[in-house]
Amino acid sequence: MKSYLPAEYIVERDDEKCIRCKVCVNQCTYETHYYDEETDRVYSRDENCTNCQRCVVFCPTHAITIRKNPSAYRENAHWTTEVVKDIKKQAETGGVLLTGMGCDKPYFTYWDRLVLNASQVTNPSIDPLREPMEIRTYLGAKPDMLTAELEDGNLMLKTTLAPQLTLETPIMFSAISYGAVSLNVHEALARAAAECGTYFNTGEGGLHEKLFKYGNHAIVQVASGRFGVYSDYLNAGAAVEIKIGQGAKPGIGGHLPGEKVSAEIARTRMIPPGTDALSPAPQHDIYSIEDLRQLIYALKEATDYTKPVSVKIAAVHNVAAIASGMIRAGADIIAIDGVRGSTGAAPKVIRDNVGIPVELALASVDQRLREEGIRNRASIVVAGGIRSSSDVVKAIALGADAVYIATAALIAMGCTVCQKCYTGKCPWGITTTDPWIAKRLNPDIASQRLVNLLRGWSLEIKEMMGGMGINAIESLRGNRLHLRGVGLTETELRILGVKHAGD
Amino acid sequence: MEKPKVTRDFDDKEFAGCAIFGMMNLEGKRFPSRDPVRAIANMHERGNGLGGGFAVYGIYPDFKDYYALHVMFLDRDAKEKTDRLLASGFEIIYDEEIQTKPALVYNPPLVWRYFISPNVKRLGIQSEDDYVREYVMRINTETGRAFVFSSGKNMGVFKGVGYPEDIAEYFCLEDYEGYIWTCHGRFPTNTPGWWGGAHPFSILDWTVVHNGELSSYGTNKRYLEMYGYKCTMQTDTEVLAYAFDLLMRRQRLPIEVVAEILAPPFWNEIDRAEPKKASMLRTLRQTYGSLLMNGPFSVIVAHEGEMIGLTDRIKLRPLVAGTNGEYLYISSEESAIRLVSPQLEGCWNPRGGEPVIGRVGEHIVPEKFLTMEATA
Repeated sequence: MKSYLPAEYIVERDDEKCIRCKVCVNQCTYETHYYDEETDRVYSRDENCTNCQRCVVFCPTHAITIRKNPSAYRENAHWTTEVVKDIKKQAETGGVLLTGMGCDKPYFTYWDRLVLNASQVTNPSIDPLREPMEIRTYLGAKPDMLTAELEDGNLMLKTTLAPQLTLETPIMFSAISYGAVSLNVHEALARAAAECGTYFNTGEGGLHEKLFKYGNHAIVQVASGRFGVYSDYLNAGAAVEIKIGQGAKPGIGGHLPGEKVSAEIARTRMIPPGTDALSPAPQHDIYSIEDLRQLIYALKEATDYTKPVSVKIAAVHNVAAIASGMIRAGADIIAIDGVRGSTGAAPKVIRDNVGIPVELALASVDQRLREEGIRNRASIVVAGGIRSSSDVVKAIALGADAVYIATAALIAMGCTVCQKCYTGKCPWGITTTDPWIAKRLNPDIASQRLVNLLRGWSLEIKEMMGGMGINAIESLRGNRLHLRGVGLTETELRILGVKHAGD
Repeated sequence: MEKPKVTRDFDDKEFAGCAIFGMMNLEGKRFPSRDPVRAIANMHERGNGLGGGFAVYGIYPDFKDYYALHVMFLDRDAKEKTDRLLASGFEIIYDEEIQTKPALVYNPPLVWRYFISPNVKRLGIQSEDDYVREYVMRINTETGRAFVFSSGKNMGVFKGVGYPEDIAEYFCLEDYEGYIWTCHGRFPTNTPGWWGGAHPFSILDWTVVHNGELSSYGTNKRYLEMYGYKCTMQTDTEVLAYAFDLLMRRQRLPIEVVAEILAPPFWNEIDRAEPKKASMLRTLRQTYGSLLMNGPFSVIVAHEGEMIGLTDRIKLRPLVAGTNGEYLYISSEESAIRLVSPQLEGCWNPRGGEPVIGRVGEHIVPEKFLTMEATA
């Protein structure tokens, strides 16, 4: 069937600059560029281009520019170009439209409508370059009170704390599975987490044995497919996370196609090579809150109560009540993934329409847990579209203990958010298991870029805290008086628990 | 006088610079108001006439077994409601209007004194203190226009809008004696002065006078709300009073531990401490991080038999301590101490986060000088 879809992007090549080195030809995994010996020229198949910018970055003479195809349909506010193209695509394929990364629509982002406070006159701001500024964070259940007794004149605490994770910066790498990404990516995340004193999340694909040595900086995930879950795996991690849902695709499962399941991935996931790795939509042993409690305690038993257990859910309508139930079921950490949460592959219609913004979910969960007097019993980690240090600070001021980042981490490693992860051909060597492409991502360089990112964000967090006159991050947590809303309705302000700017 | 209108259920903190002074007889002997009033008046320039107040301990020896309530009323209706509320839960032993005389104060409300005893039948399994605390919260929130200045035994708070020396004159403080006097002169910058907003802040017999601004107010307030405290006075000082009540009275933690919670050492100091101490300090910070009082403050806290001075952990507000014979002095400025006691046996600048503790019967107040050594 002839496709009616026009090319999305046009590749422009400055022939005077082009030296026929064929870097673009070799770098493009979608075979956009080709060299013709007869004419001694490089040509492009525009329809293949995803605008990933790989060729642009690596062209030694900067001869390539990618432009949006200026040829467009008649403008229509309702029947937008995106809608028309989606319909044509489905008319040609008859399938579910797949996409990668998080929701790319302009709505839903509340971070941009919240502003932060700073000290003026009545209290001093603090200069983080000259004075201590503390961002260390502990995740895990905290008691409501401690008891202390005098023993031989020394004060002794009688309360023992539940196991905690120690974060030197309140930012962790969110779940990205080995299989969705290459081993090099996993290694880079693991090494960066270890170097920065934080954690990476294995995702649902198990932990390659080569990375067990980074286990004390790993949160090992147990998801509906149970891939790679066994005793050594659980005990290798610093914490265990039960994945119930994912912000990019709440309510649905996952599917790693058999062609991506190489021998190494098969071994790590404990499935036969070349078979599809299917993650069911629900966990089939969790159909209720009491079932969740059983799994939480099964995992605590398996790890001898030495590790906190996290439960991750997608932010959905009753997220506050669900979170309360999770804590009562024994979760030490609750991770909430908002509508902007990312993925390697999801139906586009789900990604863009299911779930609620994480800012609203976080605000209502934090408030609800406080009203019920159980906020101490679990830490809150939020995920889904955290782009900058200011998003982190705003999340903590709304009530989060820490954040998960994944898209930002991938961008640091090279990702340009072209949203084609599901093809398995990521030209940046990230979402691929093809060894020829995967080796493009050098774990030494990638982990250094991640470390730099976390360092930069941590410095910025300290600057913002110092400006507010706060020198310990625990004094920012849930401190909504340091936030003001701009252009928000009364209802939005009420849910967020913040005043409007100027009020 | 109007209580400033509250448009939302989360009040903002106030911004205030202030003078604080505390004087204590370590033998528990009572002394008159003369010295404390002179000392706080000496720091006149640190206030702006929009608030002054005093807490006095050992003031009602004849009624020492009863809870003494000082309550201000913005109208008669509030008093009737309060009377009904108190009558429903307590036996009222004696009550009267607190005597006053003309002075340079702004628009004074009616202030009443009650001596009450909890109704045993209604007490149930609650402790008397918790029972009283609950009624104080109810008076503050339910009557709308009545606010409890203090609610402890054998102590009382006098405060209002004016310079502290004028407040002292208005409430005839020359007629009272106590073994602890804490005093406050206020410099509010954003809330109109109102009588409920002056210091000391108090719950049961805990009182707080405070100079500073808590950048952590939002965090502290929301944590305390989980334990049933309602912040109604539109000021961050209130959270200090409630934090002391929660940690020391309800959770029975000693002041040395409470100081490590409100003004803890830095993590790198904790990491360097010997393992047992490090573990204790770490557990305290992990558990009570939301009660870390961040931002500049110096504070004098008192309750029965004890007076404590404390600053934030990087000492962004001044605090000086002095001792002479049976007396302990804590002050924003040394000059105020020297005015009432020119000869001092000890006079020192406590380190940030290092409490100065005076206890009745313990004659020695450990001096911890400002040095560069780590606390841990």
